[in-house]
Parts: sequence; structure tokens; C-alpha cells
Amino acid sequence: MNAFASGAAFIARRLVQALLVMLAILVIAFAVRQSLGDPLREIMGQAVPESERAALRHELGLDAPWPVQFTRYLGQAATGDLGTSIIYKKPTIEVVLAKFPASFELVLGASLIVLLLSLPGGIYSAVRPRNLGARLVLGLSVLGISVPVFLTGILLITIFSVWLGWLPAFGRGETVDLGVWQTGLLTLDGLEHLLLPALTLSSIMLPLFIRLVRGAMLDELGHDYVRTARAKGASPLRVWVVHALRNALLPLAAVGGLQVGTLIAYTLLTETVFQWPGMGFLFLEAVTRADIPLITTYLVLVGLLFVVVNTLVDMVSLALDPRVSLEGGR
Amino acid sequence: MSAGVNQPNARAFANFAGERPGAILAAALLGVVALACLFAPLIAPQDPFDLASLDLLDAELPPVWQEGSDPRFVLGTDAQGRDLFSAILYGARISLLVGILAVVIQSAIGVSLGLLAGYFGGRIDSLITRLADIQLSLSTLMMAIIVMALFRAGLGGAALSTFAVPLLVLVIGLAEWPVFARTARAATLVEAAKDYVRAARAVGSSDLAIVHRHILPNILSPLVVISTTQVAGAIMAEAALSFLGLGMPVTKPSLGTLIRSGYDLIFAGAWWVTILPGLVLIGVLISINVLGDALRDGLDPRRRGG
Repeated sequence: MNAFASGAAFIARRLVQALLVMLAILVIAFAVRQSLGDPLREIMGQAVPESERAALRHELGLDAPWPVQFTRYLGQAATGDLGTSIIYKKPTIEVVLAKFPASFELVLGASLIVLLLSLPGGIYSAVRPRNLGARLVLGLSVLGISVPVFLTGILLITIFSVWLGWLPAFGRGETVDLGVWQTGLLTLDGLEHLLLPALTLSSIMLPLFIRLVRGAMLDELGHDYVRTARAKGASPLRVWVVHALRNALLPLAAVGGLQVGTLIAYTLLTETVFQWPGMGFLFLEAVTRADIPLITTYLVLVGLLFVVVNTLVDMVSLALDPRVSLEGGR
Repeated sequence: MSAGVNQPNARAFANFAGERPGAILAAALLGVVALACLFAPLIAPQDPFDLASLDLLDAELPPVWQEGSDPRFVLGTDAQGRDLFSAILYGARISLLVGILAVVIQSAIGVSLGLLAGYFGGRIDSLITRLADIQLSLSTLMMAIIVMALFRAGLGGAALSTFAVPLLVLVIGLAEWPVFARTARAATLVEAAKDYVRAARAVGSSDLAIVHRHILPNILSPLVVISTTQVAGAIMAEAALSFLGLGMPVTKPSLGTLIRSGYDLIFAGAWWVTILPGLVLIGVLISINVLGDALRDGLDPRRRGG
């Protein structure tokens, strides 16, 4: 089999796998709805006699065997209909997606901070491992791993909002409506509101990424091509950044992509601390008020995000690195 | 052969004490916290769960080093007038209990499956490795949040609080078994190829006896090392769940619950109600991680002196 055909087969297999995972997630969401949610309660409230309930249940096909109902659920899900929220009385998918920009901007802000700090920090501690600064960077990263993300947020709020009064402690501040996207990035107030949550979220990812950059750089710096570049008279900075870093980024992207579930969990915690009106905050509201359709919609969408990111990471690694084994072994 | 097990450990511990004052400090701190938790009912000036002993007039008193404090409450009081020092002792007790029990479950499942995979190999091995990969690709914290959220939405907050401890232990325990399984499998592969295993088989020992009596004791040290960081992870996961309101209830608070219930008060100036339990949590986690790092370096000859 030539390289192209095996590449295509890999992509096809990966897509089938992604579809199967997505199907499994839908089965779980369906099971949760069947066992915990009562669609009748969404429609007619609780003060309706049992005979009327039974009639409506039959009319809506809710007494049909579960394979029939599951097929119907799948069909509706494919058209973007995942139910109606009990709290908001609107299609759940609309409710959840309206909160997506807030979560996305929070993750974006945190990722920028991580990128700006972990690359120099990781490179520095790899090329000058014995320096005081490098030890400090690694020491701080042990500290970062040991402090739960919600405590970082609470400590930052206590210091910068309550004691110093410099930055706001909750909410998104002033946002600008761009039609489908509510952004907080275009106003000073919005950016001020973003700073502490983004810092908090980045604090938990930074240690991991600094260690990853450092590890990947240490690996690359030991290779022959780095010595060759040096021998050719390339400046140290050029060797570190242009030669070694470029190759070090690849495993980094793969590991970073695999952390997407953890990132969602940390985002949820950060949103709770800062009452940031994102998807995670909405999910917890849905849980406290037992809004089952909203809960399952969140699960399906987060599952979709997880599957898409993981599949993309695999494909990008395949495209960028010819050494990736197509057989899935090591 | 079994005599050889203890020697490297003894050497490691000797190294450890000399080279790592930080680890000794961390161990001492953990020892104090653990003892304080164990004897909480004897040490705590107040039973924080006994509502009759609380007085609302004592609410939100600051710690003794601040103005307006009451010498009866060393670390101040919370919104209900509960002695914070007592609440932290009992809270840390629950946090440590959940953390340790969760790791007991993780290691029981993980080590058994890892031994199976490493010793028998073949299909069993590839099945277990596959399962571990799948489990690891799902984030533990995210899974735990989802499962606890479903229990909460399904059972309601009141019913959840009755089963909070066993549920948390199970959820955090079941999610992380692959960490132990991988380590146990890798170590078993190495041990199973050694002469003493072949010798044991030659004299007619059963597989179970070989695994249990010969291999298991020889793979213990890497397992002990990961247990430490796993306990830290489990304590952190429990705190996160409780902070989200998906873990321990307010009537039986862990450190995470205390942080959650004191959170609103920081805006009213009563920072200690949330920050002090937070600092205890951070102290415990840092100590465990420092100790775990030191243990790993001490037991791994390649890392020594680095």
C-alpha cells in the first residue's frame, strides 16, 4: 500500500471512530433523558391528572418502545433539535450556543497568556537548565500544579478586586453584539473583566505547558541537526526558535489537543468562581434546577467538541509529521 | 529474593533525608495534618456539626490576630458562627478520607488489571491496554463532574448528600485506575521475564501464587510513588466537585465545601472563611506533591542528583 492510500485509510478509520464515539454519547444522553427527564413536565407542568398525562404520552409517542424513540431522538438531533429547556422555555441548543462566545473568549484569553509565557519560560529553562531563573520557573510550576484552579481565582479576586479594588470580580462587563456573537473583547470594560478569569484559567495550564515545552526542547536540542545548525554559525536564538522549537511544537500540539476534556472542566470551574456567563456556568444552573434537556444538550455539545478536537489533532499530526505511525502502534 | 526488596528502599530513604530538606518538611507537615485530622474530635474546641452549639451572635468573627476577634475562636468564625478551626479540622478529615479511599479503589482495580495484562500478555493485555487508553482520554475531572451532576439532577441535592462520601470515592476511584494499571503492567513485564519467576514456575507454583507472592512485592515501589501524587489528585478533584456544589454537602463539609460556602463572604470583608481552608488545602497538596517528587527521584537511580 502506498503512503497516500494508507493515509486515506487512516483518515477514514478515524472518521468512523469519531462517529461511533458520537453515537455512544447520544445513547448516553438519550438514556439520561429517558430515566431522569419527564417531557410531560416540560409541556404541561405537574398539576395535571394522570389520565390526561397518559393520553398526551400516547399522542406524543412517548409510550413507544425505546428503539423507536431513540431513532426519533437521533433524527431530531441531526436537525439540531435536542429538546426544550425547562428554565428558559426555548430550544436548548439555542440556549447553550448563546453562551458559547463567553466560554470561547475566556479560553482564548487564557490560551494567549499560556502561549506568551510558556514558550519563553519553557525554552529558557531548557537551554539554561542550571540557572536560577530556570529553577524558579520549574519551582513555580510545581506550585501551579498544587493550587486548585478555583482557589487561584478566589485568591486573585481577594487581592485584586476586594483589597486593591483594581479589577472587577464577576461577569463579562460591557459586551458588543455582533449579530450572532456577543463579544467582550471590543470594550475596555469587557477586557478588564476578562483579565482575572483568563489569568486564573491559564495558571492551571501553564505548569503543564512549560514542562511540555521544556521537555520537547530538551529532546530536540540533543539532535544532530541542532549541532549542524550551530556549526554553520546560526545564532543561538535562531537555533532555539527556528530550528528546535518548530520541531518541538508538534508533539506539543498533540498533547495540548488531548487535554480538551480537562480544559472544559477547568473552564467550568473558572466560570463558577467569576460567575462568567459561559456554557459551564449554564450547565451548573441546569443541574441545580434539574433541567434535564439542557443538561443532556450540554453533554452532547461538549462531547461533539471533544470528538472534533481529538479527530482534528490526529489528522493535523498526520499531515505535519510523516513519522506518525499509520497503524496506530508505537 | 524477597530480602532484596527492602535494600534499595532503605538506601533511597537515607538519600532522601540528606538531600531533600523540603521533602522532610513536607512529610512533617503532612504528619501533623494527618494526626490533627485523626484526633479532630479531641482537638477541636467545638463540634462543627452540632447546630445547638452554634450562636449566630458569634458569626463572622475574624481570626485572633485581627481586631474585633474573640479568643474562643482562634481562626475566626463563619456566617453561622461556627468555629473555623474546628470546621477546618473536620473538613480536612473528610478531604483526606475521600482522597485516600479513592486511591485505594484506583490501585486495587489498576494493580489487578495491570498484573493481569503484564503477566498473561496477549489478548488480555491488548484489551486492558485499550480500555486504559480510552479511560485516560476522557478527562477524570470532566467525567466526575458529569457523573456527579447527573446524580444530583436525578436524586436531588438532599438525597445526594446522604451518599456523598461513597459516591465521590467511587467516581474518583473508578476514573483513574489506568494510571496504576500502566505502571503495574510495565513493572510486571520486567519482573515476569526474570529468573526467579521461571524458577517459581519450574517448582510448580500456580500463576496466582507467582503473581501474588513473587511479582507484586517486587513492583511495589513505583506503585507507592504514584500513589502519593494520585492522593493529591483525588483530594483536588474532591475539592473541585465540592466547590461546584456537586460533592460534600454543607451539613458535612470538606475543605472544598468550606471554600464554597465562605466564598460570598470575601466581598463583605470576611476573607478568612474561604481563604484559610483554601490555604490548608494548598498546603496539603503541595506537601504531597513535593513528597511524591522526592520519592520518585529517590527510588529512580537515573534521576538521582539531578
